[in-house]
Amino acid sequence: MNDERLPGERFPALRRRGFLAATTGAAALALTGCGGGTDDKADSGSGGTPRRGGRLRAAFAGGGAGETLDPHLANLFADVARAKALYDKLADYGADLSAQPRLAEKWQSNKTLDRWQVTLREATFHDGKPVTAKDVLHSYRRIADPKQAFRAKASLEPIDLDASRARGDRTVEFVLKRPTAEFPNVLAAFGAYIVPEHAGDFDRKPIGSGPFRFVSFTPGRSAVFRRYEDYWDGAPHLDEIEFVVANEESARVNALLAGQVEYAHELNPTTARAHEGRGQIEIVRLRNSAMQAFCMKTDRPPFDDKRVREAFFLIADREELVAGALSGAGEVGNDLFGKGYEYYADGLPQRAQDLDRARALLKQAGAEKLKVTLDTSAVAAGFTEAASIFRDQAAEAGVTIDVKTGSKDSYWSDILDGGTLCCYRSGAMPIEAHISQRLLTDSTTNATQWRHKDFDALYQQAQSTRDKSERAAVYERMQRRLYTEGGFLIWGFADWILGTSRKVRGVETKAPANTLDWARFDKVWLA
Amino acid sequence: MKTAPRGTSSGGPGGLRSFVARRLTLGLVQTAAVVLLVFALTEALPGDAAVALAGDQPDPARIASIREAMDLDRPAHERLADWAAGLPRGDFGTSLTSGRPVAEYIAGGFGPSLLLAALTLALLVPLGFGLGVLAARHEGRLIDRLVSSVTLAVYAVPEFALGVLLVSVFALKLAWLPPTAVGYGTDLIGHPAVLVLPVLVLLARPVCSLSRLVRAGMVDALASPYAAHARRYGVPGARVHYAHALPNALAPAAQQLARTIDWLLCGVIVVEALFVIPGLGTVLLNAVAERDVPVVQGLAVVFGVLTVVLNLAADVVAYRLTPRAGVAA
Repeated sequence: MNDERLPGERFPALRRRGFLAATTGAAALALTGCGGGTDDKADSGSGGTPRRGGRLRAAFAGGGAGETLDPHLANLFADVARAKALYDKLADYGADLSAQPRLAEKWQSNKTLDRWQVTLREATFHDGKPVTAKDVLHSYRRIADPKQAFRAKASLEPIDLDASRARGDRTVEFVLKRPTAEFPNVLAAFGAYIVPEHAGDFDRKPIGSGPFRFVSFTPGRSAVFRRYEDYWDGAPHLDEIEFVVANEESARVNALLAGQVEYAHELNPTTARAHEGRGQIEIVRLRNSAMQAFCMKTDRPPFDDKRVREAFFLIADREELVAGALSGAGEVGNDLFGKGYEYYADGLPQRAQDLDRARALLKQAGAEKLKVTLDTSAVAAGFTEAASIFRDQAAEAGVTIDVKTGSKDSYWSDILDGGTLCCYRSGAMPIEAHISQRLLTDSTTNATQWRHKDFDALYQQAQSTRDKSERAAVYERMQRRLYTEGGFLIWGFADWILGTSRKVRGVETKAPANTLDWARFDKVWLA
Repeated sequence: MKTAPRGTSSGGPGGLRSFVARRLTLGLVQTAAVVLLVFALTEALPGDAAVALAGDQPDPARIASIREAMDLDRPAHERLADWAAGLPRGDFGTSLTSGRPVAEYIAGGFGPSLLLAALTLALLVPLGFGLGVLAARHEGRLIDRLVSSVTLAVYAVPEFALGVLLVSVFALKLAWLPPTAVGYGTDLIGHPAVLVLPVLVLLARPVCSLSRLVRAGMVDALASPYAAHARRYGVPGARVHYAHALPNALAPAAQQLARTIDWLLCGVIVVEALFVIPGLGTVLLNAVAERDVPVVQGLAVVFGVLTVVLNLAADVVAYRLTPRAGVAA
């Protein structure tokens, strides 16, 4: 079942579960010490001197026979896990979603923040050739190819690739279309992997600069990689890593329990509860980061009236939603994205249910006996549950919510412009990226239809501000506004749950999905 | 597509030949109809491959460019015609999402499906017939009642529940067998232990239905005047049982077997998912979710042809065994 051609030639394959995966993510950030429950650091996460050797088998939900190892097509969690084993990005996200240097050793901008010089570290691809500025530009140009639709293309949009140049072997000068103070986030963008200029077939002989080198790949079944001894960040402890695909959660758990795999990704809260502390397997909770929300379309009735939006903020009983829709595996939200991330406005008071005030606001807005349709779908865990819980909560405030369940394969597209109220979720990304993708006039996925010139101007101001604390102040102003009258009712952040066998060590627990340390196997070992 | 009508015939080998020819023509028409229907239904699903592909990044510009790259912006009938044009050459087209040949998808999923089907069948036939004959020979007595009630009870358990039960007991509790085929995707035959539980689950219901059919057919025949007549002539019991009564049960059993093989080959999604066996059912499920129309159509052709051929074979067997049935049909 090997593939005969470069899949990218034909068309990017993002698979169905892709969206579940990629952005959906998860994560954790064990920010506030994670109050109660398990320790921050699970047993599996710490302890002992790393031991070299062994093969770790990791089970992920996958994409079936259409899977590819082309890192620029990465979409599912499984794709990303494989991509980060084989490849590197210039930067990647730390636990607070700030960009950390990876293949880039350092970066520095000019005064106006629209020209960035990135210096590469000394690293080699698996065939021994050095990673050069040319490879970087080649990779970014491939992603930005107008004939393709690679996922990272939108993230790289600020870069003027025609004007950007290699300055020597290890220095790239990026020319930007406008000032971008958060340019390092672009380097860490989802899917922005560096492939060699001489890259061949990605599925037969992928060559990267990552911690593992290719051994074999059968789409939809298994991928085996071996330690790359010359990895710039230190050779992995494991001899080999095998990624196997098991789409059913029960199958992943069973395989883990029976010792067929040592690592199972994406488990249910109920499974976690059943096995936590029982000694058979270790449960790792990556806390607080799959954002869970209801989206109100702010450009149409009834949500074009900000009093109605505030009333909805006050209708939500967040504790009940977390307990019901997430089976308790999560934490309440405060209508702001990115709890615990860099620039998060944590000084704003936690919102709680206040039905009297909600009723009063609705009355002021002339929206008593309000009827709204809430779009939901089985596209993400907890969506339909959240919808019916919220329907009951709204009924107490005199609002009738009609829950409409849509197709999961086209859900995200259906709710982008259609309807007035919908279930929504998002994986980890920097707060700046959340704003630029979803909350600006020209944002491509503006599901709350939030379009305000003054808000756009604030974003531009932040991106043009060199000083970090001044920038933080601008982000706080923006978040304050969203908190008061935004369209995202963000009620919670779900845990992301992994299971590992008892002999696995070194699994980082403070690592939201999509960040560097999540699904990272070069620092893991078998005791 | 599941119910090809029983053939008519006028007896004799020539009759059989024209019967087969007519059935094959009809089968071709049926398969074409199935493919058309599947195409229409897939087109009618909300969202297309571009939307499914874009997932939670439904940027309209991106969807438009994906659509263009996939040629989805061309009219549906043109895409169908293009795809159909490749069929006579054995070209099933290429997947929309990965650009790989559809034939590769089918070949990849067919191996595991065929292996499971063959193993299941190899055990199903002796077990099903054995139990049926056993019950019929002891009609009304303890063994019959035991066999009948157990088969009825097992039949009532959904595969999914049975699978979970078997895994918890034999794989997790007793640790006798592996719970999934994870990691052995390409080499199932080399690790027979992983096949035991899936085959047991697959066997459970067909064994019950087959043995009940065999029993009913035999009991019917044994109560018939011709069996009574044979006995009066002093034909030995065994001969009455196996030469007279059993063939009477074979015709419906053959039909039932054909349906079971069809079911096994066309993807048994529950078992595949539970035990992580990447067969045709998994391929189909993924393809529908991705709106990967060429793959769905390719599978529709394969499933259609399989169904037609298997039903035809069953009818021929039935025709051979009980020529009288043909007259009635």
